[in-house]
Amino acid sequence: MSVRRLAKEQPASFAFSTESQAKADWWKAKYPAVRKQSAVIPMLWLAQKQEGWISEPAIQEIAKQLEMPVIRVLEVATFYVMFQLAPVGKTAFVQLCGTTPCQLRGALDLRSVLEKKIGPAHTVSADGKFSWEEVECLGACCNAPMAAINDYYYEDLTPESLSAILDDFAAGKAPQPGSYEGRKSSEPKDKVQTLTDPKLYDGSAAKKIKIPNLPEKPKKAKAEPAA
Amino acid sequence: MAIAKVNGVEVEFEPGMTVLQVAELAGEEIPRFCYHERLSIAGNCRMCLVEVKPGPPKPQASCALPAAEGQEIFTKTPMVKKAREGVMEFLLINHPLDCPICDQGGECDLQDQAVGYGRDESRYDENKRAVEEKAMGPLIKTVMTRCIQCTRCVRFITEVAGSPEIGLISRGEDVEITTYLGAAVTSELSANVIDLCPVGALTSKPYAFEARPWELKKTESIDVMDALGSSIRVDARANAVLRVLPRINEDVNEEWISDKTRYAVDGLQRQRLDRPYVRVDGKLKPATWNEAFAAVAAKIKATAPERIGVIAGDLQDAESLKATKDLFTALGVKNLDARQDGSALGAGPRESWLFNSTIAGIEDADVVLFVGANPRLEAPVLNARFRKQWIAGKTRFGVIGEQADLTFGYDYLGAGAKTLSGLAKAKADFVAALKAAERPAIIVGQGALSRADGAAILKAAAGLAKTFNVVREGWNGWNVLHTAAARVAGLDLGFVPGEGALAAGDMLKPGAVDVLFLLGADECETAASDAFKIYLGTHGDAGAHKADVILPGAAYTEKNGLYVNTEGRVQIGKRAVFPKGEAKEDWSILRALSEVLGHKLPYDSLDQLRAKLFADHPTFGQIDFAPGSVPTVFDLATVGGEGEVSDAPFESAVKAFHLTNPIARASVTMAECAANVSAASKIAAE
Repeated sequence: MSVRRLAKEQPASFAFSTESQAKADWWKAKYPAVRKQSAVIPMLWLAQKQEGWISEPAIQEIAKQLEMPVIRVLEVATFYVMFQLAPVGKTAFVQLCGTTPCQLRGALDLRSVLEKKIGPAHTVSADGKFSWEEVECLGACCNAPMAAINDYYYEDLTPESLSAILDDFAAGKAPQPGSYEGRKSSEPKDKVQTLTDPKLYDGSAAKKIKIPNLPEKPKKAKAEPAA
Repeated sequence: MAIAKVNGVEVEFEPGMTVLQVAELAGEEIPRFCYHERLSIAGNCRMCLVEVKPGPPKPQASCALPAAEGQEIFTKTPMVKKAREGVMEFLLINHPLDCPICDQGGECDLQDQAVGYGRDESRYDENKRAVEEKAMGPLIKTVMTRCIQCTRCVRFITEVAGSPEIGLISRGEDVEITTYLGAAVTSELSANVIDLCPVGALTSKPYAFEARPWELKKTESIDVMDALGSSIRVDARANAVLRVLPRINEDVNEEWISDKTRYAVDGLQRQRLDRPYVRVDGKLKPATWNEAFAAVAAKIKATAPERIGVIAGDLQDAESLKATKDLFTALGVKNLDARQDGSALGAGPRESWLFNSTIAGIEDADVVLFVGANPRLEAPVLNARFRKQWIAGKTRFGVIGEQADLTFGYDYLGAGAKTLSGLAKAKADFVAALKAAERPAIIVGQGALSRADGAAILKAAAGLAKTFNVVREGWNGWNVLHTAAARVAGLDLGFVPGEGALAAGDMLKPGAVDVLFLLGADECETAASDAFKIYLGTHGDAGAHKADVILPGAAYTEKNGLYVNTEGRVQIGKRAVFPKGEAKEDWSILRALSEVLGHKLPYDSLDQLRAKLFADHPTFGQIDFAPGSVPTVFDLATVGGEGEVSDAPFESAVKAFHLTNPIARASVTMAECAANVSAASKIAAE
């Protein structure tokens, strides 16, 4: 992570689309009127969903809508790395995991693919369609190496499969997310050796258990009078 | 009262106190950076770690831990020592070793506590982080690499000053204190963050690299930039005032001062009148004291007393007012006025022109009505108290006058006199609250009183106060907020026109008087008057430009003097440096002049003058006593006067906060601030 600053070049204005404004209003209505600013994270997220990134006018607009000091919105926007403060690729924004498990499984090779096909990190390609950055662990270590592209995880990648995925995006297709090794979620790659008993899944193997801390059933014996 | 043990010694404490406060009760010093008595608790510097039993076997942040009955607090155990050393080592990891070129050096919390609680050496040999400097306006200099992220400045600007413009952006190693995109801080209290900063990250820009704290001669004095009379410490080297800092005074300014109080002092070195001048052939020519006195005496002796007028300015000490009044009364002059702005105050009982609730006592008020006052501009430090009350939800505010951003919420009732006179019968929610209030207060500003219809408005306000029973047994909620430091002293002395005599406004009319004596009066328009003008003052400002004789006087840092603040508290200002050049203390000029005029004043020293002052006006002898602290009931019916009331909206008496007096107008720093404010308001208007 490096020092986070707003992008040098900013659009002149920002406005929520009718759709995002409706969602924003839904979030705002969730909180009491005096605690309106609780909606700041969802609002920032909506602005990012709409534009791909958070611009300075967007920060101003959110501060205005939530009646909070603009510096407070800036604080939140710069705190969370999930908020992009500079434009990202319109078609595909790749967040490549570079943490140890992925790195051991070949993330560095994926990085050179991205560098070759898109360019240096944090730089939008000339056509404005692609950009990429390296991120910390995305929690899919079982399927390393992986990358999040837009909203989905693409797992068990190889330089070839990542390259193909990017080509698909470039061609306007929507590549299937998930494992690119034919695995179902994060099951073992070759031979599944555990949890194979079908009884586990139909409930027949389950034993009756005594659930602790249940309220006691009323006893039939007469209760002692209260002292 | 609960009891806890601190290092084995039992201490009684109020429930609700923190462990840190209890340890302090026991006389233990707890090091801290982020904790500050007047700000919310952040608990992020971790310097105040102590050991507490019962509790987890690890150090606890004492600033954020409530003390409990039977608790055992240890501040000297090996665990605490090790914890403090560890925290200090971490704080110093990224702190630059630039103490020799740091303006905080010598008065730096980090420096002191590193000596007291740190290890002798650092084990860190990686690269230190560096942080970009931030722009925060003309007052605050930043060296952000020194910042330890205590967030005191963020909390002060948000909570006390009420203009949330400073924030902590990013996170982890990259956190930075900044304003929004480098905008200047606009609060009138902004420079207090410099005092709050425990390191050299935020330092004073005008004072940068000027002096080391141990070179300065410190003089405890009283501020004259507004009518609060904030307690200040004047730091001077040789014969120059280098800076002004606040002193803690719970009754007046807590521990804040306004930016004007702090930074107008560079105006004390500029545009000064350092020798007498006499106008010869239309041009001011340097003269000796004897020549100047001779010119004055010739003119005054040749003029009938009723053709002589005297106007006193806003920064005068009580002694010079007294000497002026004594001298001109002896000459038979009745045209005396200490109210340059034409304020309607001065008749009636003393309570009618005081801030009777007292500055500290106004915090007890439950409903407050402002009439023609903008406390944010007229008394920023007092405004911080209103904001404090508002945050605590204790007080409801209503405003008749300008609808300005006061940093606290209020019910806006109307703009002018019409609203004022109709308020008693109005249906507004606020009126019901005022009626039901146990301690209602009305605060009348000079904006409402210094108009042609001021007396009638004063009467209307007093009538309203009577209707709402604002002055009652045990509570006096009638408050006048003054803007001039000399005003209450002037009114207390009766420095107002005698029977049938002219007020300031009338004296300035063409042909009204033949001789006009201006005692530091710079806020009145003297151009129209064709009188022979004698100006006794400090700066080549409005009064001096039109003067025929200039007598150079002493500014507030250059004389011992008494000042009476808006609540009627008499305070002693001390001399920090000597008057400039040939200038003399004001009272001694008047004493010398009196001899030339043949009406020798009966005092040869300041002590004798004070003795006379106390004898003639006993209220001046009650040093540091606010009369309102013992609430007295007085008759509101005697306040104000009859007259037509105009419909014009009330305007604050302070239009440009940074430029209200000759010292501030001579100050480069204040000029920069004023330019900043007007630029900011232009942007806001777009």
